[in-house]
Amino acid sequence: MAVIRCRYNMAPFSVGERKRPGPDRRSVEISKITADALRPAVFLEKFPRSTIDVFIEILEAEGGTRCAGITAASVALADAGIPMRDLVVSCAAGKAGGNVILDLSEDEDKDGEADLPVAIMPRTSEITLLQMDGHLTPDEFDRALDLAVEGCKKINETQKEAIRNRYGDDNG
Amino acid sequence: MVMTMVSIVPEITRRSITELIRKGERADGRSPDDYRDIELEVGIIEKAEGSARVKMGNTQIMIGIKPQIGEPFADTPNVGVLMTNSELLPMASPTFEPGPPDERSVELARVTDRCLREGKVIDLEKLCIIEGEKVWMIFLDLHVLDYDGNLMDAAVLGSVAAILNTKIPTAKVENDKIVIDEENFMELPIKETPLMCTFAKIGGELVIDPSLDEENIMDARISIGMREDGSICAMQKGGEMPFTNEEIIKAIGITSQKTGELRKHLK
Repeated sequence: MAVIRCRYNMAPFSVGERKRPGPDRRSVEISKITADALRPAVFLEKFPRSTIDVFIEILEAEGGTRCAGITAASVALADAGIPMRDLVVSCAAGKAGGNVILDLSEDEDKDGEADLPVAIMPRTSEITLLQMDGHLTPDEFDRALDLAVEGCKKINETQKEAIRNRYGDDNG
Repeated sequence: MVMTMVSIVPEITRRSITELIRKGERADGRSPDDYRDIELEVGIIEKAEGSARVKMGNTQIMIGIKPQIGEPFADTPNVGVLMTNSELLPMASPTFEPGPPDERSVELARVTDRCLREGKVIDLEKLCIIEGEKVWMIFLDLHVLDYDGNLMDAAVLGSVAAILNTKIPTAKVENDKIVIDEENFMELPIKETPLMCTFAKIGGELVIDPSLDEENIMDARISIGMREDGSICAMQKGGEMPFTNEEIIKAIGITSQKTGELRKHLK
């Protein structure tokens, strides 16, 4: 079975206050959950004694970087020609100002009540990433999860379009 | 000594590149004094006070600038600080590994820093806020996205462009306290626009802006930093073989012409 490793890394200039280069606890955790989110989609058994390294560089952060990273990494795996059961697509829902909302911006995340990043394999809607911090009632959680899955399915169209633009019939 | 992965070049590639250069030609069709296509964009990272993305052929570097208030060095109490850092991202090359900066990364950051500092890009004395206590520290980060040779020239060109693009908040002293005015921005005080040219020595000849294939087989490398008036502000020799005096003088002559051409990208 192949091994998938991931490194999520933020550029020092990607955030308001300069971030010191190198991994911190947050980026180590995001690296781990990103690899976990991608792993179920890849036919790992096709690549024994192999390692697949995924490098995610955040050049500018304005909320939702882990979701953007997973979404782009999955397209990059497809671009690398690695066989997969499905793409993995990620999007966060959450609660800010008392409302359940999709794709929290940096300010909404900071001042909001809850953040719920989700990744799915859209063909089956199986969930490969789920995190939450903040405060939601079970009913709000239901709505937020549905909203996140809906958001994922929209973004999946953009993923497919990116692959079609590069490899579709029009481009041979 | 840090262990890094090295590229092994097949003998046939080495010979064909060398033969071409001996005839005054190059594998990608350039002449010995030609740069690859250069693309330079500025102001693309909103979160950074200054930024630039530079491409030289397939080599690509993102440069971001962040200011911070800090203490000056004890021997220069009325002078601001410029700090240059580089990260050779693993996605840029199979030979770049995650982890602390290796020799190549440190050399890139230090040579770039030297060219910018000695080239007097920023008038650092104007970045003093309270003498001996507080000055602006300008952090310049080189984020190497794709490596296809000649990082140094790309890094210096992109860094100067990013510095020219930078606007930092203004800081005032009121009742011995520093007040940062986030509404009013100032451009960095610019003095000079030094640039750098790098040459590889292959088959006894000099070629400018070496590609990765050329760097992998080069005998030696020389980088020359030059200000607009033609004075030299930084140099770095690399590689295992020596240069002759004449070769260095020749490289300086070409640098004064080529930095002029590179400088047009800054406008």
